[in-house]
Order: sequence, then C-alpha cells, then structure tokens
Amino acid sequence: MNSETLNTLDTYSKNKYKYGFVTDIDNEKPKKGLSEDTIKFISLKKNEPVWMLEWRLKAFSKWKKMKEPKWANLNFPEIDYQDIYYYSAPKGFEKKPKDLSEVDPKLIETYNKLGIPLEEQKVLAGVAVDVVFDSVSVATTYKGELEKLGIIFCSIGEAIQKHPDLIKKYLGSVIPPGDHSYSALNSAVFTDGSFVYIPEGVKCPMELSTYFRINAENTGQFERTLIIADKGSYVSYLEGCTAPKRDDNQLHAANVELIALEDAEIKYSTVQNWYPGDEEGKGGIYNFVTKRGLCAGKNSKISWTQVETGSAITWKYPSCILKGDNSIGEFYSVAITNNFQQADTGTKMTHIGKNTKSKIISKGISLGKSQNTYRGEVSFLRKADKARNYTQCDSLLVGNQCGAHTVPYIDSKNNTAVIEHEASTSKINEDQLYYCRQRGLSHEEAVSLIVNGFCKQVLQELPMEFAVEAQKLVSISLEGSVG
Amino acid sequence: MFLEIKDLSVKIENKNILNGLNLNINKGEVHAIMGPNGCGKSTLANVLAGKEDYEILDGKINFKDNDLFDLNIEERAQEGMFLAFQYPVEIPGVNITPFLHSAINSKRKRMNEEEIDNLSFAKLLKSKASDLGINIDMLKRSVNTGFSGGEKKRYEILQMSILNPDLAILDETDSGLDIDALKIVTEGVNKLKTKNNSFLIITHYQKLLDYIKPDHVHVMVNGSIVKSGGPEIAAEIEKDGFQKFQ
Repeated sequence: MNSETLNTLDTYSKNKYKYGFVTDIDNEKPKKGLSEDTIKFISLKKNEPVWMLEWRLKAFSKWKKMKEPKWANLNFPEIDYQDIYYYSAPKGFEKKPKDLSEVDPKLIETYNKLGIPLEEQKVLAGVAVDVVFDSVSVATTYKGELEKLGIIFCSIGEAIQKHPDLIKKYLGSVIPPGDHSYSALNSAVFTDGSFVYIPEGVKCPMELSTYFRINAENTGQFERTLIIADKGSYVSYLEGCTAPKRDDNQLHAANVELIALEDAEIKYSTVQNWYPGDEEGKGGIYNFVTKRGLCAGKNSKISWTQVETGSAITWKYPSCILKGDNSIGEFYSVAITNNFQQADTGTKMTHIGKNTKSKIISKGISLGKSQNTYRGEVSFLRKADKARNYTQCDSLLVGNQCGAHTVPYIDSKNNTAVIEHEASTSKINEDQLYYCRQRGLSHEEAVSLIVNGFCKQVLQELPMEFAVEAQKLVSISLEGSVG
Repeated sequence: MFLEIKDLSVKIENKNILNGLNLNINKGEVHAIMGPNGCGKSTLANVLAGKEDYEILDGKINFKDNDLFDLNIEERAQEGMFLAFQYPVEIPGVNITPFLHSAINSKRKRMNEEEIDNLSFAKLLKSKASDLGINIDMLKRSVNTGFSGGEKKRYEILQMSILNPDLAILDETDSGLDIDALKIVTEGVNKLKTKNNSFLIITHYQKLLDYIKPDHVHVMVNGSIVKSGGPEIAAEIEKDGFQKFQ
C-alpha cells in the first residue's frame, strides 16, 4: 500500500468519526420544511461562500412563485414540501444496520442475484463499515492518475470551494434555476453531487463513476451534477448502480447539467434502480429528474443512455440543446415498469445549429399494473439548416393490466429539416414464449430473454461491464410478473 | 413403452381435431405420419409438446413412464422431447448461443447433471454447426431473425443436435425446402439417429421419406390413424394420394 492510500484511509476514517459522533446535537438537526432558514442552514453546513447562498436564495424565491408541472401522465398525491427534511448529515454509525442480518432479506437476495461482493453489499445497504478497503484504494489510485491529466473529479461541494470560477460560469447555465419548479427546488436545496471538468484535448482514460468518488454516500435526494468537457475532450460518466439502494427519502429531485465545447464528447450512462414500492404499490421513490446537455461548440456530441427500472414515479427527460453547428445528440432509453410503478420519460432534442443530428431510441416495457409513457419533443429552430432527427420508440406489454403510451411532439421552423419517426407497440408474443419453453426454458427465463432481446439496441450502448449487469437487472425487474 | 398415445381426443375452439387417436413408439424407432392438410397432424405435434391452446377431451399419453399431462411445456422439453417447428418464430435481439446454452443447462439441471460452461458450450456449438454446414457467421445472428425458410429449418436441426432429444418430432420440416436444403436437413437427422432415441416425422409429401427411412408409416385422416404399416404405405400414397383412405 502506498503512502497516498494510507493518507486517504486516514482522512476517510476521521471524517466518518467527525460526522458519526456529533457533539452539538441541536445544531445538527434542521427543522422540517422549506424556508430561508433551511437554505441558510444547508449553506452554512456546507461552509459555502456568500455568492452561493445568494444563488440558492434567489432560486428559492423563484420556487415560491412556481407551480409543479402537471402535464405528465402520472398520478400521485400532492407533495407536502413542508413535511420533508432537506438536510441530513451522513448517518452516524449507531443508526445504521450493524450487519447484513439486520437488512431486508429481499434486498440481500437481489444483491446475490446480481453477484455483488459481500463488502459492497454492506455499503449499498448502509451497513456501518469502518473502511471499504478496495474501493478506497482503487479510488485513490484513480484520483492520482486523473490529476496528472488535469481532470477535476470531485463532489460539487468541493468544487464550490476550490473551483468557484468554473461553478459561477457554468452552474445553472444549462438548467436555469427558474426553468421549472423542480429545478428551482434543486437549486435551492441541493446538498451533493459530482463535478467533472475535462481540460482541452484530454480524453479521459477511464469511465468516471460516482462509485469511485469516496464521498459518494448520501448523494441521493437533491443531487446536483455538473460536467464540463472542454474543447476536443472526451469523457464517459456512469451514474448509479445496478444494485438497489436502501433509501429513506421519498422525494428525489436531481439536476444534471452537461456542457460540451467544440469537438468535445460526453457520454452519460445511468442505471436508476431506486426502491419502486412493494407489490401493492405502497412506498417507493418519487423521482423528478432534470437532465440537460448543451452541445455548445461545433462538432460536439452528447449521448444519454438510461436504464430505468426503479422508483414508484419517474419523471425524467434527458435532453440535448444542439447549439453548435454539426453537433450530435443521442438518447437511448430502456424503461421498465412493474406492479404499480409509473414512468413518464423521454427526451427533448432542440436543434439550433446547422447540420445538427439527433437520434432517439426508446424501449418501454410495461408489466403488472404499471403505466409507461414515452414523451419526446424534437424541435428545429429557424437557423437549423439540414438538421436531422431519427426517432424510434417501441413499447412492449406483458400481461393485460398495464399501459404503454407514446407522446411525440415535433416542431419545425426550418423546412430543410429531415425527421424520421418509427413507433411500435406490441404484446409479448405467445409464439415466442412457446418456442423458448419448448427448448426447455422456464416461462420466466423466456420472458427475460425476449425482453432483453427487445432492449438490446439500447443495452449495447452501455459500457461493457455495465451492460452485463444491466441485463441481469432487466431480468430481476421482470420477476414475479408472469405466470 | 417409450411413447404411448391412447384414445386421444382434442378440441380447439369448439372444433374436434383429434378423435380417439392411438399411437405407440418404441425406443430407436422412426415413425412417419402422413395425411392430407387439416387432418390434425400439427395439432398432434403441438399437443405432445404441451401447447396450451388445446382442450384435451379424452385419452392418455405416457412418455418415458411419465403421465405427459402432468408436465408443462418446458418440463417435457427437459425430459427429452423436441419439436422442430413448421414455422420457427423470430426472436429479435436474442443470440442463439446464450439461448441454446440456457436451454441445454435447464435440461441438465433436471437430469441432475453438471451444467456445461461457456467455453465448452461454444466449442460444442461450433462443431455441430460445421457438421451441418452452417456458417459460423450465422451463429452471431438473432434466433431465426431474417433467416430464409431453409436457414430456419437447418437451425432447427442444429438445435436438435445440441439438445440431443430422446424423442424428436419433426413437423413438416420438409415444407418450403429445396432439394439441397432437404438433403442437409435429412442428413442431420440420420446422423443423430441411435438405438436410444426415436423420431416422429410429420409430413404431407412422401419426398422426405426418400432420405429418412421410417420403420413405421401411419396414415392420418380426420384426427385419427386409419392405417399403419411399413414404408410401402408411403409408396402407395405417392401413387394414389390420400383419397382411398378417406
């Protein structure tokens, strides 16, 4: 073990200690609800500069005047924003499960099916572990290598402290706080997330993942991520984890902003597997995510790939603003809903520059009593000469109590634009099931195989290691839905 | 008795298809069922495989000392029953290798045999494919997707040779095949034939039986077997058609 690793381990343990055994109990516990005081409390806790607090307060005053967007095909009770805690320090050891035997056995079963090592299971389930040796040392090695290339990869909190110029320039530049009420809410109360900066001409040599960021814990609720790819650079970023995460917060409202300058490329992959609620539709995360990328420079490219299997409610439209000439936006999505889950997800491609191209491949799978909606908007502004879009959205229904919906909007102000749109909705084919079972596969195996085949076009866009896990995840998401 | 069908009557959507059908097949035998269109040949194949659209009105089927009606589709397959389909269905995005690998392992699991690992399976698949003159590139494609009729049938035989069934049912495997494809398919079947497995070949034409020599030939009309005998019956049908059996 090198000395750098030792140092990291040391600080890591100390930090844990600091947060784990708080002295000033009263100060640590913010009041429930959303007010200027809550925001000041968060900003203070994060030791933020004044300009950041002001930015948050401005967002808050906007939020107060806004109404939630209601156009999605989703049904859920009114959210009481005053009944939520907006800041929780990393939990102390005493509150966490002491070992895996205290964790919901169903969760453990899923971990085992995904083949997740024991040590990792503990972290995911929130078990109190002193130090996860492997991932810490791996993270340290990686961090050193990235620093040599001038790549900044840290928490957004750290970036606010250390890189205020970049934050001031780019934070909120793609998703303005006043965009809609969830973005205003996130801007006011975000507590953690990732920051990535890739300098000019640098190709990031590895997939960046929250997993390798040491302080990745407790980033769930109001995550804020900002990724900037400077001229001619490349980065591939992985968000999330195929393993379901234990989480007590019901409302999630993350914001992710991507900026690609001239000739730069950002590839952003997500596997979202938050708690979906039980078989009766009780519980589960409400996931209201805003993800938007700006292809700011010429020949830039942003590609979103998502596999959405979790959450009771998913409201998410990773989008691309294709401003630079010849820039490319891509969206590949698999959304699986089971039991009582509801998903309203899709993308928005806004063609501004000349010769811009976008491609949308969406695969929705509905099972049980769930509802699955693809919602997309492709628009061509006046100057978007010779811009092109290709959209393909396919829906697959398993059973007869679920629903699939497709809502595409197309808006063109330029008559040289070329748009291709293909859509299909099908029920899982009985002949295919019969064929598979005649070869000896069980009904469940057959469904999983056919669904994985249906999603292949999207799954193959994921980075290799991730793709294998995602396939397993798809199979697990289908369990209990057939027969 | 290896396969024993007794007084089998079956209907689908209020229409009686099989009417008191009897058929016995021993280990190591090749049986052919011939009959005009709509006589119930394919229904018999699907009832044996366990397809769930049919209503069994009467009768019993014994297969390897099991009451066949106690087993579902996949259990019958795992017990060694294989149906080469008349119209193999396309499964987009599903590659043949993992598909067949899962299939063979589910059979091994039922037989309490050790599962075959990735590498050994890939080797097995390659060697069987080259035996059947199937291009390796075809193994990279999705199951039956975009295949020609002949390719699909050859693929069925490839799957059969991998799964090595005790009872193989070939449902009009010859339909839509040109003479070269027919030769390849029938050669594959002949290679698989041993003392321990049996074949039930369902066909409309006699042509197939020039290449696969059956031990027994049955004539099926209106859902039951009206005449059984040796290969000479096939020649009789070739000459006079099904008319005189109806």
